[in-house]
Amino acid sequence: MRVMAQMSMIMNLDKCIGCHTCSVTCKQVWTNRTGVEYVWFNNVETKPGVGYPRRYEDQEKWKGGWQRNKRGRLKLRSGGRIKRLATIFNNPDLPVIDDYYEPWTYDYDMLTKAPLSTESPVARPKSLLTGQNMDIKWSGNWDDDLGGSQETAADDPILATMSEHVKMEFENTFMFYLPRICEHCLNPACVAACPSGAMYKREEDGIVLVDEDGCRGWRMCVSACPYKKVYFNHKTGKAEKCTLCYPLIEQGKPTICSETCVGRLRYLGLMLYDADAVLAQASVENEHDLLDAQRACFLDPFDPEVIAAAKAEGMEDDWILAAQNSPIYKLISEYKVALPLHPEYRTMPMVWYIPPLSPVVDVISTTNNDGEDARTLFAAIDKLRIPVEYLAGLFSAGDVVPVEDSLRKLAAMRSYMRDINLGRDRDESIPAAVGMTGTEIEAMYRLLAIAKYEDRYVIPKAHVETARELEELACSLDTDGGPGMGGPTASTAAGPYGKTPGMPLNATVDNYNEMVGKGGERTKPTTPGRVNLLNWTGNGVPKGMFPPRTADGATGSPA
Amino acid sequence: MNPLDILLWVAFPYAAAGVFIVGHLLRYRFDQFGWTSRSSQTYENKWLRWGSPMFHYGILMVFGGHIVGLFIPKPWLEFFGVTEHIYHLGATWLGSVAAVLTIAGLVILLVRRRLVARVKLVTTVMDKVMYLFLAGTIVFGTIATVLYQVLGAGYDYRGSISPWIRSLYGFQPDPALMSDVPFFFQLHVLSATSLFLLWPFTRLVHVFSAPLGYFVRPYIVYRSRDGHRGAGAVKARRGWEKSELPRDTRDKEGSRR
Repeated sequence: MRVMAQMSMIMNLDKCIGCHTCSVTCKQVWTNRTGVEYVWFNNVETKPGVGYPRRYEDQEKWKGGWQRNKRGRLKLRSGGRIKRLATIFNNPDLPVIDDYYEPWTYDYDMLTKAPLSTESPVARPKSLLTGQNMDIKWSGNWDDDLGGSQETAADDPILATMSEHVKMEFENTFMFYLPRICEHCLNPACVAACPSGAMYKREEDGIVLVDEDGCRGWRMCVSACPYKKVYFNHKTGKAEKCTLCYPLIEQGKPTICSETCVGRLRYLGLMLYDADAVLAQASVENEHDLLDAQRACFLDPFDPEVIAAAKAEGMEDDWILAAQNSPIYKLISEYKVALPLHPEYRTMPMVWYIPPLSPVVDVISTTNNDGEDARTLFAAIDKLRIPVEYLAGLFSAGDVVPVEDSLRKLAAMRSYMRDINLGRDRDESIPAAVGMTGTEIEAMYRLLAIAKYEDRYVIPKAHVETARELEELACSLDTDGGPGMGGPTASTAAGPYGKTPGMPLNATVDNYNEMVGKGGERTKPTTPGRVNLLNWTGNGVPKGMFPPRTADGATGSPA
Repeated sequence: MNPLDILLWVAFPYAAAGVFIVGHLLRYRFDQFGWTSRSSQTYENKWLRWGSPMFHYGILMVFGGHIVGLFIPKPWLEFFGVTEHIYHLGATWLGSVAAVLTIAGLVILLVRRRLVARVKLVTTVMDKVMYLFLAGTIVFGTIATVLYQVLGAGYDYRGSISPWIRSLYGFQPDPALMSDVPFFFQLHVLSATSLFLLWPFTRLVHVFSAPLGYFVRPYIVYRSRDGHRGAGAVKARRGWEKSELPRDTRDKEGSRR
């Protein structure tokens, strides 16, 4: 058993209102640059719909993810090592930019600089690739809210596997939003496909990253990722992807998409898993078993054996505690309401979803039935095959049982809590019908409906309190013979420009919390008698910011 | 032996070799971020799908041919039973296939670069200079081969050019070997030498990234947070800035993108 920790996310789809705030804030933080104009590390898709890039779920075409071969071994669907290097001069499965969309801007200048004329000036769309006028024909969420779906929805790869009457009927039946980020898989196909070995999974928290210096731009990760969540920066010629906002996560803060989520539907926390079990579990024969196979990789953070093994791997106590308090562990392993996105790709994704009950409730409400009555809801889940089958196509490789179980639990929570809110007697038969207790239902309700900030995000800080941290806190000029202020580490072993290279920006971001957060004082002067305004949070007046007051009340001028 | 010979066949090759080696080392050390093939496949794939594999496989064959022809002495090959006749047949036939693939591929790639607006716009000055010398080298080499080996009686470059190159590697340069070589062979050699001189400053550096390690490494790569480069864990070197140039500078230095 090799215990590893994975920072994971769960999204409660019932709460998603499709406002795209997560996408926009993510874009502002990470992909607001040339070369990645078309890139959305976080995007929100309307389902049913074709997604972004178009039809990315059609692995017959894109060859993403893993496949189990006849000998029961996992192989990348796009081919093995020899085929990959043989096709390195032209990746046969690579989406071109038009499969995402051609990025554009508008000729805003025209609005202010157009000469006097009888017609009002217009800002025409200009391609960001060629600078020429262009007709906008598609974008990242062109079919938002089912707009234009009469034309495009038939291309939805999941609908295509369902029967004909579904295609005719779905539009009147249901719709929901699916926010997507990188899945930070346990068995990442992108990492496996990178010829340069520049993509890696971080040992500490499982975040999948691209080493931008090591990337040689072979683009194999882009095509191997079945979720199409690795992107090619066409200006730098390097791959880029969602980083799970690791600079924030390392400080114990939620990702920008989670932090700004209006519906407060995202949960972040650790999962402990057995890294040695991943390959075998990802190789189970029946696709319907993949959900349980992945659950079997997860370890119980309360199990003394697991704790001992984790400590043997060097995991700190606060991380084990965080794993025990993890909302992810509760939703995946205790309540079993969360499901992975497309487990059939066999990458063992680690961004899971709580399927939406709202399509079912909507139908009940439109038929003037009680949408909060347990029996009505249970019956509807059994009867409404279309949404359930579609959800199963997304979250359980087509197996309706786990989706039904999850929806029934949500329905039970809904009606059980209504009785409590209306002051009625608790109907303990409702939780019993879904194999839970009333206490569990209430706890799940707290987590899902009340969803306090500290319950949603249980993120232990990265451990940087090593020698490195101390070095970086020092001023770069604090060297022997240097012009610095003689800070605390001036006399330590770090020679001139040796280990402390001019306090690099990254390092201060890494250590922000350690620099400002420790103890009561929020702004610890790095040099005696001085205040570093860069670290000042704006709260209160730190010591030394102003010269001491003189006896007559006026502030004295500095010496 | 006149001074021009020494300049062209001793000084220039050594200078090019020096720039080639030192340039690559420096660029590898300080511009890892700029080290990429800078693929344009996401812009356009219909032409590239044909042109790129044709050119690349062709040029790999050409490279192999040059290794055999230039670096393996004639007596060694004859020792293994490769007679002049067999060598000539192999060189002509395999060489022709390689040349057709390379030239056709290159033409497709160049036409694409000129005609597809998206690709044309990202072509830097350095790219154009590189294409000039790359195409020049290939064209002169082809002309020389067609004139002397296919149409003519055959020119035994293994008696002049090859020993000259090996004399350079042995640091016993013998420029006299090159003075009587036919003009188009000379042009071919000079153009190639110029290309090597430019090499480290162009996108051609991606040749040295051939990911052969992929055959032996495990599929899933794990790295520790503290082990990876960047993010403050790296030791910066004195006097040099690493590859994290600000974007604007990078944009101006076209060849480094």
